[in-house]
Amino acid sequence: MIAEAGHFALVLALFVAIVQAVVPMIGAHRGNAVWMAMDKPSAISQVLLVAFAFGCLTYSHVVSDFSVVNVVQNSHSLKPMLYKVAGVWGNHEGSLLLWVFILAAFGSAVALFGGNLPPTLRARVLGVQSLIAVGFYLFMLLTSNPFERVFPPALDGRDLNPLLQDPGLAFHPPFLYLGYVGFSMAFSFAIAALIEGRVDAAWARWVRPWTLAAWSFLTVGIALGSWWAYYELGWGGWWFWDPVENASFMPWLAGTALLHSAIVVEKRDTMKTWTIFLAILAFSMSLLGTFLVRSGVLTSVHAFATDPERGVFILLLLMIVIGGSLVLFAMRGPALRSTGVFKPISREGGLLLNNLVMSTGCAVVLLGTLYPLFLDAVGGTKVSVGPPFFNSVFIPLMVPMFMAMGFGPFLSWKRADIVQAALRLKIAFIVAALAVAAVIALAGEGPFLALVGLGLAAWLVTSTLVELAERVKLFREPLVASLGRLMRQPRASWGMTMAHLGMAIAIAGMAGAGGWKVESIQVMKPGDQVNVGGYDYTFVGARQGQGPNYTIIEGTFRVSKNGQDVVTLKAEKRNYPVRQMPTTEAAIHSLFSGDLYAVIGDPDGQDGGFVTRIYFNPLVAWMWAGSMLMVFGGVISISDRRYRIGAPARRNRKPAVAANP
Amino acid sequence: MADCSGAQKTLRMIFGFLYGPSGAGRSLRSPGLPQWWRPAVAGLVVALLLALSFSPVLAVEPSEVLDDPVLEVRAREISKGLRCVVCQNQSIDDSNADLARDMRVLVRERLLAGDSNDQVTDYMVSRYGDFVLLNPPFKVATYALWFGPLLIIGLGLFVVVVFYRRRSSTSVAETTPAALSNEESRRLEDLMKDET
Repeated sequence: MIAEAGHFALVLALFVAIVQAVVPMIGAHRGNAVWMAMDKPSAISQVLLVAFAFGCLTYSHVVSDFSVVNVVQNSHSLKPMLYKVAGVWGNHEGSLLLWVFILAAFGSAVALFGGNLPPTLRARVLGVQSLIAVGFYLFMLLTSNPFERVFPPALDGRDLNPLLQDPGLAFHPPFLYLGYVGFSMAFSFAIAALIEGRVDAAWARWVRPWTLAAWSFLTVGIALGSWWAYYELGWGGWWFWDPVENASFMPWLAGTALLHSAIVVEKRDTMKTWTIFLAILAFSMSLLGTFLVRSGVLTSVHAFATDPERGVFILLLLMIVIGGSLVLFAMRGPALRSTGVFKPISREGGLLLNNLVMSTGCAVVLLGTLYPLFLDAVGGTKVSVGPPFFNSVFIPLMVPMFMAMGFGPFLSWKRADIVQAALRLKIAFIVAALAVAAVIALAGEGPFLALVGLGLAAWLVTSTLVELAERVKLFREPLVASLGRLMRQPRASWGMTMAHLGMAIAIAGMAGAGGWKVESIQVMKPGDQVNVGGYDYTFVGARQGQGPNYTIIEGTFRVSKNGQDVVTLKAEKRNYPVRQMPTTEAAIHSLFSGDLYAVIGDPDGQDGGFVTRIYFNPLVAWMWAGSMLMVFGGVISISDRRYRIGAPARRNRKPAVAANP
Repeated sequence: MADCSGAQKTLRMIFGFLYGPSGAGRSLRSPGLPQWWRPAVAGLVVALLLALSFSPVLAVEPSEVLDDPVLEVRAREISKGLRCVVCQNQSIDDSNADLARDMRVLVRERLLAGDSNDQVTDYMVSRYGDFVLLNPPFKVATYALWFGPLLIIGLGLFVVVVFYRRRSSTSVAETTPAALSNEESRRLEDLMKDET
């Protein structure tokens, strides 16, 4: 019954979405207030219906209803409750249900909190939002119904892929989807603006918080994913340029660009066409990401859906959404008027440079990700495009951008003096040079790129702090006055400072982990000792044990430095009997200078020996600390007063067509 | 691809056994077994086969490691650039598939035989094709891939330059609503001369 109720709710949601996509749009076109007002009730009933459907599927998973195919294929009666719930979205059908649930939730948020939006804009935004939803409901109901039954019911389930039975990955998809779907807001606002024919500062103020939210969620999602890879895959890697990772990285790059260009629209009333384009790009990349992962077009570590029928449907959806929006963009985009003018060397110019690099980076990742598929499709040779390609084209793009990132905040709007900015930043140059020298002295010569990375990180940290110090007039006014200024800084500028600092710290983490990783692979018997990265690891022994739905071999290592005990590490190797799959749970102890990382492998020989892998991963934790600081910056920025109070009223409400005869 | 068809054959065999011609199925089914046993067994078998095809743990084994540390470092370096051809986007250095192990051993054998890094890589390409290279080779089929990024950044720069030029021309039009009179332009010229 429950599953059928969920299915029924989903069908109802489809019809509500159709109404929401059509009626308010026509209302906005004809200026019919009653038709426009349909947007709010339909958006709210849509989210209630999808929430109900999602609740039904969750219930089926929680009570292990093995008459539902989705539960049979992805759950097991012995699975811990956390993963019974996470199993709801740990599969193709369920993750799509989560996708539309989030989409409907964002839509209802606009309906509820969009009281200060002009009615036509709100009606159009919700209409566009709902058009996307219609596509996804149809996709689910026609090709991927999560509520399908099986008769006779199975006695027990086939369990969730053990790799996904992990706290990091349990919450990875919801955050990723909050990010992907969050960009649908910017997209809907962009399309609505194109239909209305106007983009102004007020528009940018509505779009920015949604974009910031989406970007923050996506950052959390990507960080969780790489953290998971780091400790679960067992060789200390954290980014593989895998197509599925790229699928989440491309919207992040486009979203970062959008975030910055929307500032220019808000403050300076220019770069509008470009901002609209970025909004379309960010969401298109999100859809493409969903498509790449869900259609099975790539068969990779995380892609577990393979079904051509679904692939064709998503491809069609993709073509309609992306193609349609680009056609609309081509038709209406050029008509958008900008008033602000600026020189290439200016704050706007810096932000434009950020946009150029970010979107180029996005295009390059797209090219590398799709190229093998393309070549295969046209019948060319099979090639692999792996990390060496991406590193060699992506990193050179980013190095100048991180340089410019230090300068950007020092440039004034309209026109700026770069020599003067460089003089104010001389301390940052000195700190960067000192940092590189200190690293060479301490860690010995490392790879060139890693040194560059650390230098850039030091440069960026110092320049961001110098900028903050200048803003509060540190040392130029009494300390108390500076402190007062510090407290009165708008939250949006705090957000910028934190996000840029976070980026710098993350760069340091990547450079450290990439450049000075120490690895040791050996067979160890109880009592054996190895020295890795200056730490002595003594293998105490291994024991067997039993988890809720897996068996474990747990190896214990005592770690000491110069005879002083540091920590005891317990690394696990799990075996999930239902799927006959082993997983590794690396034992990790994070220090400021790096991670102690131990993995236990298979038994070797008769005398209690085990294959062990021990790593020292320098600075690697900085990467996630930096990411979290970036997210924190995003959240602080959203809470800025001017977004809470709401966007200023538009100066004139007449449609643009009337204004420019 | 030979492996895949083999796996398919195995799958078909198992499903044939379980679901196959109804007569055979019925004769196999003992009366005590409930309805669900066939899907359950089939599921288990599929899960088992899937598990065999991919598991994430532990790549380079201690037994493979060469005694000469310099050669071993070179072997790791080469391995990182070679794709495990049956895996999904994993280098042979990261993969624990049997084939990846064979490939790693092969790399080490070639190194012991005195090959240079490039010779080892060439040897692997001759055996497995360009597909084995994680860094795609530079040839006609990949020109678009390698020149693409340059083209993209070039296009981006072009758009930005056009943007600035057009912007500066419109800004002139906007900030100077009427053309300067002769008198005004003469004075302007004088002023400019003074400044330089």
